[in-house]
Amino acid sequence: MKLVYFAWVRERIGRAEEEVALPSGVRTVADLLGWLAGRGGGYAIALEHAEAIRVAVNHEHVDHAALLPGDGEVALFPPMTGG
Amino acid sequence: MACVPLVHVQAGDFSLAEEVRRLTGGRRDVGAVVTFTGLCRDEGGRLDALELEHYPGMAEAEIGRIAAEAAGRWPLTGLTVIHRFGRIAPGENIVLVVAAASHRRAAFEAADFLMDFLKSRAPFWKKEHAAGEAGVWVEATEKDRDDMKRWQR
Repeated sequence: MKLVYFAWVRERIGRAEEEVALPSGVRTVADLLGWLAGRGGGYAIALEHAEAIRVAVNHEHVDHAALLPGDGEVALFPPMTGG
Repeated sequence: MACVPLVHVQAGDFSLAEEVRRLTGGRRDVGAVVTFTGLCRDEGGRLDALELEHYPGMAEAEIGRIAAEAAGRWPLTGLTVIHRFGRIAPGENIVLVVAAASHRRAAFEAADFLMDFLKSRAPFWKKEHAAGEAGVWVEATEKDRDDMKRWQR
């Protein structure tokens, strides 16, 4: 699965994107955020307040209870400030 | 039938006059055009520029979904949304919404709706660059989220 990061999530993690193989227990968006934070370092700092992180699956907003897709692109980013 | 919105996500500037002409030129059924232009604002004379980061692909898709919802909700004859990204200096354009309709109410409301949803759902992030300082990410506000809730029904 491809992960992409934006704004301060990208800066704190220290990269814009990466490919990951998810362990079998990681099924929802919330599971993914917890698993990534467990890597420590920039991940733990970026995802410290997991409830504030917005997530999109294949270019559509989803909530943290959503199931992850079998394949595709999952994006993690802060609340948006466009307009 | 709902109009097909025009959505552009681009680095370059846009022309308000040109975009209005695109929705009115050669037509006799348009009675109202409402435009909203969002500009880069300097508060306190310290901003060098805003840097607008976006999520390519999703930015177009999400604005397209918001625009399609507006086109389904109000009887519009045309709808255009342009959002810029990259480095933008104070006084420069950031975003444009043009809503055209037979009557003014639909055009006013659709443009207002578009902006409220763009601010909280379109994947853009602003970073402020001031002279001699590290960039600071702009924080989303409670007001932005409340503005969006006005349209629930």
